Amino acid sequence: MDNPYTVPAIVAVTLVTLAIGFYGLKLARTTSDFLVASRVVSPTWNAAAIGGEYLSAASFLGVAGLILKYGVDVLWYPVGFAAGYLALLLFVAAPLRRSGAFTLPDFCEVRLHSRGLRKLATAFVVFIGWLYLVPQLQGAGLTLTTVTGGPYELGALLVGAVVTANVALGGMRAITFVQAFQYWLKLTALAVPAMFLVLHWQADGRPPVTPPDGLTFPAATTVVVDHPATLTLPDGSTREVRAGEELTFQAGERVPHVSGVDTARGMDWLLPGNDAGGLFGTYSLILATFLGTMGLPHVLVRFYTNPNGAAARRTTLVVLALVGLFYFLPTLYGVLGRVYTPQLMMTGETDAVVLLLPSAVVGNGPLGQLLAALVAAGAFAAFLSSSSGLLTSVAGVVSTDVLAHASDRGPGQRGSVRDFRVAALVAGLVPVVLALNVASLDVSQVVGLAFAVAASSFCPLLVLGIWWRRLTDLGAAAGILVGGGAAVGAVLVTILGPPLKGSAAALIAQPAAWTVPLAFAVMVAVSLATRRRTPPDVGTTMLRLHAPESLRL
Amino acid sequence: MDEPTTTGAGAPQRTRIVLAEVVRSRAHDRARAELTEQTHVGDALLRGLVRAQLALALRLSTVVAIGLGALPLLFAVAPATSTIKIVGISLPWLLLGVGAFPFLVAVGWAYVYLAERNEQDFTAVVRRPER
Repeated sequence: MDNPYTVPAIVAVTLVTLAIGFYGLKLARTTSDFLVASRVVSPTWNAAAIGGEYLSAASFLGVAGLILKYGVDVLWYPVGFAAGYLALLLFVAAPLRRSGAFTLPDFCEVRLHSRGLRKLATAFVVFIGWLYLVPQLQGAGLTLTTVTGGPYELGALLVGAVVTANVALGGMRAITFVQAFQYWLKLTALAVPAMFLVLHWQADGRPPVTPPDGLTFPAATTVVVDHPATLTLPDGSTREVRAGEELTFQAGERVPHVSGVDTARGMDWLLPGNDAGGLFGTYSLILATFLGTMGLPHVLVRFYTNPNGAAARRTTLVVLALVGLFYFLPTLYGVLGRVYTPQLMMTGETDAVVLLLPSAVVGNGPLGQLLAALVAAGAFAAFLSSSSGLLTSVAGVVSTDVLAHASDRGPGQRGSVRDFRVAALVAGLVPVVLALNVASLDVSQVVGLAFAVAASSFCPLLVLGIWWRRLTDLGAAAGILVGGGAAVGAVLVTILGPPLKGSAAALIAQPAAWTVPLAFAVMVAVSLATRRRTPPDVGTTMLRLHAPESLRL
Repeated sequence: MDEPTTTGAGAPQRTRIVLAEVVRSRAHDRARAELTEQTHVGDALLRGLVRAQLALALRLSTVVAIGLGALPLLFAVAPATSTIKIVGISLPWLLLGVGAFPFLVAVGWAYVYLAERNEQDFTAVVRRPER
């Protein structure tokens, strides 16, 4: 791919990100400015910033890739990613803002006054943050390889370095402006090429996305199979291919099936109910994404920049609308990818569909190249913004709970700017190393696992902490350890362990359907068993969480 | 008291300046005190608010659980529903790919409206407890 616009576009996005970061640095004068944007960010800016931070590589690349591969069953990913904000709005937004908690460990301290629980929450924030950061960096590597042919490691290193520098130097206020800018950039980067894609599809006479005889190549295509595999040709015959073998197909030839690449074909793709985990997998995914959003560390930090609870509620509603608007687009890319980039179904690298589709459809003229560059720039915006948000929150908890504890200020004291910078460096380095050394899965699936961990640890903590007076510190800790611990175990087995078969595979690959109820049950049961430990000031806390600001208590 | 203080010769004497008298009804003050001091009345008021807000959130989650959560079950139990086509797009794609998002925003909008009304009711009771 020699597209003269791609590299300048990626460089421009990176430079603008850094420039806005430094502009923000000039404005940030005190520690309070630096960490929480002095709480003067307006709701519209804040909503765009939350949206910008939330739409990660998983949304920008991963959703379209999964839809191309598996079809209608994975539409639950975008629906769940958006619905998570509704759950957040209904159960958490306003009370959490009124609690004054900046991070999840802060919330533990405010509600249950437990140092031990605070440490446990810190550990989970760091785990979820890193689990979410690794696929972002891997997505960056994939993007750079796909659009420029550059080495995979470079993309991960570049995004890791830019984000770490920006977070360490600019802090949160800078990030707010960067994120808001990047929401609109990401929306544009998908929406403008999408219009051209649809127009071209119309002009081509609307080729069907599920032709009765199977998918065909729209143009002559060369596919390189990177592992030994068995090709099943459309007429039923099979053929062995070696790793690295080049296969050339003519326009109109039907797409063969490659063994070892898991894709849904024909009616399986079009109709629901055929994904690997069956109904259990679908409901597990729904539970994880609906309830996981509220437990994501980078989402919660944002709520602190709302002036009050009512504003937090309105901001969340705007975020829900902005995120929903965005998710119309990846579906379109995934569907049109069936028609125009069917070779991805052979290599299995469907995460690249968003990047390849514009030039595949519009052609390699200047327009196609410009659109491809725009999409690549949007993808980089996605990596930069979500990674910045994640890193800010991980660095935030590390600096207030680990570094401040190591010095003699004690945990929970707001760390100094210097602590925050050291924390950002450490928190940024680890995922970069992991991204370079761990085999990559589908971006959206790893992110789905991060949601499952958040849903089985912080969701019960927040929901019960906000609505149930009898929650105790021991109950909360036990629930997080058992439910969250089970989810963490399932994640580690999925990522690092051998491939599983049978019913155990579904339980491990999509753990939320059993870990979330488990976490709630343990939290309630242990709290009831230790009811003497209910905090004495629970009434005051509840008043603070729920009383409207207009009373000015 | 025209003796200068030891910290600064000739420093002006401190005066208390009141910019505006805060005018509040006694009833309002009493209700606020009942809330902050956790008396039986204040506690009952707060529990009422929390219960109302939780009930609202649960009601709307039930709407979503039925509206969206029942879909996989519906498609599994009655596969015929998933082959229905509207304007050339089959029903599951239309519902999940397009319809779900406006639905979620509508539920969210209803929640914000109703939750703010609950809070207004609560504020009204606290300000005028005699009614």
